[in-house]
Amino acid sequence: MIQADVKLDTLGYFCPMPIIMTLKKIKELTVGQVLEVVSDDEGIKKDMPAWCDTTGHQMVGLEEEQAKSGMIYKAFVKKTK
Amino acid sequence: MTITQTDPAVALANLQASKPEKVTIVLLSGDMDRAMAAFIIATGAAAMGMQVTVFFTFWGLNTIRRKGAASSAKDWLRRMFGLLNAGGADNLPLSRFHFWGLGTKMMKVVMKQNRMPGVPELMETALELGVRFIACTTTMGLMGITKDTLIEGIDQFAGVTTYLAEAKQGSVNLFI
Repeated sequence: MIQADVKLDTLGYFCPMPIIMTLKKIKELTVGQVLEVVSDDEGIKKDMPAWCDTTGHQMVGLEEEQAKSGMIYKAFVKKTK
Repeated sequence: MTITQTDPAVALANLQASKPEKVTIVLLSGDMDRAMAAFIIATGAAAMGMQVTVFFTFWGLNTIRRKGAASSAKDWLRRMFGLLNAGGADNLPLSRFHFWGLGTKMMKVVMKQNRMPGVPELMETALELGVRFIACTTTMGLMGITKDTLIEGIDQFAGVTTYLAEAKQGSVNLFI
């Protein structure tokens, strides 16, 4: 289990909204804090690491969870700058 | 007060290192699905810290026209064309399965149910993220589209050389 400082719910939103919501949220964090992005869009598994690669933030981990409505993905991003 | 002087060479190196990548998109189509693809790419790229420019020409201009704004072109032929060619980001037809509006309406219902942003919402997000909009003046003239009938937030009214100057520095240049 990774401990997150802030949680962002993007359930029900499709690409590119989870990434855009992440961008907006991460601006509110302080350097070193970890943001947990919860999504049910499978694309986030590839998109979040790609976003971290280009923006320089650190992808700390990804968790998958089987929920009643389907799979839920939790991406953990550490603000680096 | 102390003034710190930066070495110009260091400043240049810093600037080059921090220079964001450029993305340009030419939107020629006025189809809803194509416009959606263009704005999804534009907002995605902007979210990744890239500098994005969208160049609107021909039917693509319909996406940045205000709904219901009448053309104020000088000659009646162009005014007529502006009237027949309805604009507005919310008013774009699907490239396939439009079915006189029914197919597009159905698609919009499905999108709303799935909380998917439509063209107007994506466009708003794009502007919010600093995506620059350029309207092609040549096709605006051709199609009887005047500046006063376009939405606010258009960065420039320009032509092909402006686009090429941008595209030359672009790492991703798309024509949709």
